[in-house]
Parts: sequence; structure tokens; C-alpha cells
Amino acid sequence: MGRYVIRRLLQMIPVFIGSTFLIFFMVYALGDPVAALFGEKAPDPATAAQIRHDLYLDHSLGAQYLHYMKNIFVGDFGTAFNGEPVLTLMGDAFPITIRLTIVAIIFEIIIGILLGVITGMRRGKPVDTGVLLLTLVVISVPTFVTGYVLQYVFGVELKWTSPSVSPSAPFNELILPGLVLALVSLAYVTRLTRTSIAENTRADYVRTAVAKGLPRHRVIIRHLLRNSLIPVVTFIGTDIGALMGGAIVTERIFNIHGVGYQLYQGILRNNAPTVVGFVTILVLVFLLANLLVDLLYAVLDPRIRYA
Amino acid sequence: MTVTDERTGAAAPVSTTPLLEVRDLHVEFHTRDGVARAVNGVDYSVNAGETLAVLGESGSGKSVTAQTIMGILDMPPGRITQGEILFHGQDMLTMSAEQRRKIRGRKIAMIFQDALSSLNPVLSVGYQLGEMFRVHQGMSRKQARAKSIELMDRVRIPAAKERIGDYPHQFSGGMRQRIMIAMALALEPELIIADEPTTALDVTVQAQVMDLLAELQREYNMGLILITHDLGVVADVADKIAVMYAGRIVETSPVHDIYARPAHPYTKGLLRSIPRLDQKGQELYAIKGLPPNLTRIPGGCAFHPRCPMAQDVCATDVPLLHPVGAERGSACHFWKETIGD
Repeated sequence: MGRYVIRRLLQMIPVFIGSTFLIFFMVYALGDPVAALFGEKAPDPATAAQIRHDLYLDHSLGAQYLHYMKNIFVGDFGTAFNGEPVLTLMGDAFPITIRLTIVAIIFEIIIGILLGVITGMRRGKPVDTGVLLLTLVVISVPTFVTGYVLQYVFGVELKWTSPSVSPSAPFNELILPGLVLALVSLAYVTRLTRTSIAENTRADYVRTAVAKGLPRHRVIIRHLLRNSLIPVVTFIGTDIGALMGGAIVTERIFNIHGVGYQLYQGILRNNAPTVVGFVTILVLVFLLANLLVDLLYAVLDPRIRYA
Repeated sequence: MTVTDERTGAAAPVSTTPLLEVRDLHVEFHTRDGVARAVNGVDYSVNAGETLAVLGESGSGKSVTAQTIMGILDMPPGRITQGEILFHGQDMLTMSAEQRRKIRGRKIAMIFQDALSSLNPVLSVGYQLGEMFRVHQGMSRKQARAKSIELMDRVRIPAAKERIGDYPHQFSGGMRQRIMIAMALALEPELIIADEPTTALDVTVQAQVMDLLAELQREYNMGLILITHDLGVVADVADKIAVMYAGRIVETSPVHDIYARPAHPYTKGLLRSIPRLDQKGQELYAIKGLPPNLTRIPGGCAFHPRCPMAQDVCATDVPLLHPVGAERGSACHFWKETIGD
């Protein structure tokens, strides 16, 4: 197991370098950060050269990348063009997005698995058909539609919650945005759990559990669910990264100043250090979440052992 | 009145009620092709300490009967349309779900054919064994663990203490079947139903597992229903045999009589199709035709299209289980001729 983890960590290095270089290349080589800094106006050549020198932009792309990477390892993600260190922006944005992601994951786990178990055990019954239809609707309608609709219904009409989230973004204000963010994944979790449960209800070991005289709840939770959740847990694990990066739309709708908001602003203004810095961290989150899933898989299914 | 009924009094020296008695059981399955009549009036009984072998091809209803006794039949599509299953004289089919659950595992236990798929792949064998004690007897984890190790020792799994935390896939086929046996024996039930317990094992291991099962059965004085299609397994361990065909019992008999003088052409065919050393080089006998489709069981005697002795009467009249001697019965119109030649 230890050796497997080390190997996996080593494998992450080329992926990390490759993906960060790609984003670096796209932002720095395909756009002109200095021109973006001046907006509509044409920059004074002398000032532009000075800025290029200060930002290390007068070197080759490879050298710029190495310089950037070197700085990252001492915790320096550079300075956004408004003068704020990117690290400060991250410190503000990530806790908010992490909170939002936690709310979303909790929704996925509780509602998704519950619905999945209920429909999986009542295949073909009205509950099953109804929920299945609902998941189809949720999957088909884009987040910016469901987001605005739910915001309007619960925030504006019913006034159960405030339609926009305050800058500190406490948990109670993140419930509705978290649900919106979770919605599509939740539908997938429901369907995945349903299929998995349906497949396993007829398994021999479930019959054995019944023959042992175990109470129904024990048969379902300890035997059926324990086996059926393996693919679901894998899905939710990989979804962590997707949720954190994918919160852009949700954060825009509810005016949450998290990672998605910062990235959106960064891209809009061609603010290179912000975009590269945030994406670099997101790449790391993705990689670590995937590693976590693989390790979790071995814990959940003893038949899989990594050598 | 069937032979099985008349016989029970004489066969049980200790008590007059048999441990388990199945009476006129009918089970059918609703499938897309129609109603499959899997069990069509089965009667049999088992006493404490006695082994009943239920013999038949796949689709003869032997496993469905067992699952119905156990209460683990998938309903739907399965449906019990008629009959009684008496355990200590009490009809289990009229009991509440909770009453039945309390009998399962505690009083009647089952051993399945394929131990690899029948054991939960993600729980350790220690957990699965211990569950019996924890759920039924309210033991603590620690006590249950100690009992599980004891059990694994009982079924002669080497190094039980070290292997208690292992998972089913880490055991060999024979060892896995021993774990299944241990699990069935955990609460010292009065009756064990073994559904083809050795079919998935190779021949040398088959004998070991069968011996172990027979030995433990004697020791605990349990009733045993042994479901099999292997006549060789039956001869050594069974006290009596019930041969099933198309959901009916076609012959019942004490074990040795059946080998010497089968009273039903189907049993005779089965016996003739066992390869024998003195027939080496000759073509092996096979019963012609195939077992009937359960949605369209032939009228009269279900076996008549395949029977070498069939007459016109066989296609029209369903033969009842006639008494054909001491504790024997045959559902053949021509049992006299069968037993005679």
C-alpha cells in the first residue's frame, strides 16, 4: 500500500507539470497580460517594457514557467494586477468554495443515496418512475436555469433564504447555492445508487444474509448497501474536484466570492497570475481527490489490493 | 393420503411429529412466457438426526422447495399457491415475517452451492460468522469473535485465529464451503438444508466436505435435507431419498432399496446413467429427451414423453405416489413392472 501511494504521488508530477504548463502557455503566450492591464488604451512603450521586466515577462516562455514554478514552491503565487498578492485572494476565496462544496457533497450523499436506495428497491413502482423522470429533468436543464429559478422561488418569492450570499458566506446562506451546485451530480448519484442496488438485491450473498435470519434493516445496510456504495463513493470522490472548479456558474448566480468568482474575474480581465494560480491549485485538488478515491476503493473492496 | 404421511409415525422413534413436514406444496413463478409450475404437490418429511436426500435434475423443483421452506423465495415472481410447511407441527406459511425470521438461522439453516458468491465479498469471514451470535444472541463483538474462531476450528479450518479477519476470496473453494457450513451450524439449528453443497467443489474436496457435514450432523443430531443431483454423494450419507421430476416427487425410498430395486423408470434411468467400471468402453446410457418446460408440463405423468415404458394411460392419468413396500412409494402406473425387471 505504501509503495502504491508513493508511485501514485510520483505519477502526479508529470501530470501536474503538463497541465500547469498548458494553462500557463494559454494565458501568457496566447494573450498579452500587459496589454490587458492597460485596457483600451495603448500603453507607453517604456512603461510597458518596465512592467514586462518587473513581471519577468521579458524572458522566454520556458524560463517564465520555471520562474513561476520556483516561486510557487516557496508559496509565492505572484501578484494580481490590482496589487493584491494572489495568495491573499486564494485565502479569501478557497474557504468559501470549500464550504460550498461541503454543502453540495452532503446533499449528494444524503439525498442522492437515499433516493437511489428507495428507487433501487422499488424498481418499476411509481416512486421509481417519478424519481427517474425527475433526475432526467435535472440532468437536462442547465445549472444557470435551475439556479435562477430556485433563487427566485426560495429567495425572492418565498423568502426562505436571501437571494444573494453575504461576503463572509456562512453555512446557512450556502444551503440553497449548495443544492444548486449539487443538483446535477445528485441526479447521477441517485441513478448510480439505484442501478447498483438493483443489481445487488438479487445477489447470492443478500439471499444468504436473509437466510441467516438477519433483520431487514441489517440486510439492507450492512450487506446490500455496503456493496452497492462502492461505485457511488468513487463517483462522489472524483466529483469533489469537479464541484470546486465547476462552481463558477453557481457562484455567479448567488454572488459568492469564491474560487469560481475569482477565476471568472481573472479570465474577464486577462489577469494572468490569478488565473494560473487558481487553476494550479485546482489541478492539485483534482489529483489528490483522484488518489483519495483510489485508496478509498481499496478500503471499501478488500478484493482490490494495491501492490 | 400419501406414503410420506403414512410413514412418518413409524420412522420417528422419538416423537410422533416429524421435525419438518412439507404437505402438498405448490409453487409457481409468473414469467413472461407464462406461469412456470416449479413445485406441484410435494410431500416430504424429515426427523431429527435424519438425512433426506432430494434428488433431481435442474428444474425439478428441488431448490425451489428448499427456498420455500427457508422463506427466501423471491416473491414475486414466485407464489405459493397451496400447501403447508410444518415445523414441529406448526405451519410456517401462516407465521408472521418476524416469527419466520427468528426461525431462520436459529432453527433452520441453509448451506448454499456456491460459497464464493454466497458469502459477502466485502466483509471478513469473522464478521459474517460473528453476525449470527451478535444478532441472534446479542453477544459483544469480542465474544462473537471468540465463538467464530471456535466454529472455524470445528469445521477444521487451519489457523482459524489468524484467518478470522480474512475475506472470502482469500480462501480456497473447500475452505469457503467449510465457512458456509460453520455459519449454518453457528446456532446449532435443528434442521439444515444443504443445496448442492459440494457441486462447486472438486472431487477430493467434495468427499471431505460431505464427511464433515455428515459428522457434524450426527454430533448435533440435526435433521438434514440434502439437495443434490449426484447419486454418488447420496449413497453414503442419506437415510432416505426423494426423487423429484417436474415439481413432483416420483419416488421415495430408504436409501439402499433404491439402488437395488428402483420403482420408477426415471430413477432407473438416473441409476443407469452413472458411469460404471464394468461398462468401460460401452456407450454411456442417457435418458432420452430433455426435462419439460415448466410452463408446459406434459399432461398425465410428466415423465411419459421420455419414458421407455410409457403406455396410453401415462399420457392421460397422473399417477399418485403408490405405496410399493416398506416405507417406499412410486408415482408410476407400472411400478410393479419397473421394480420387477
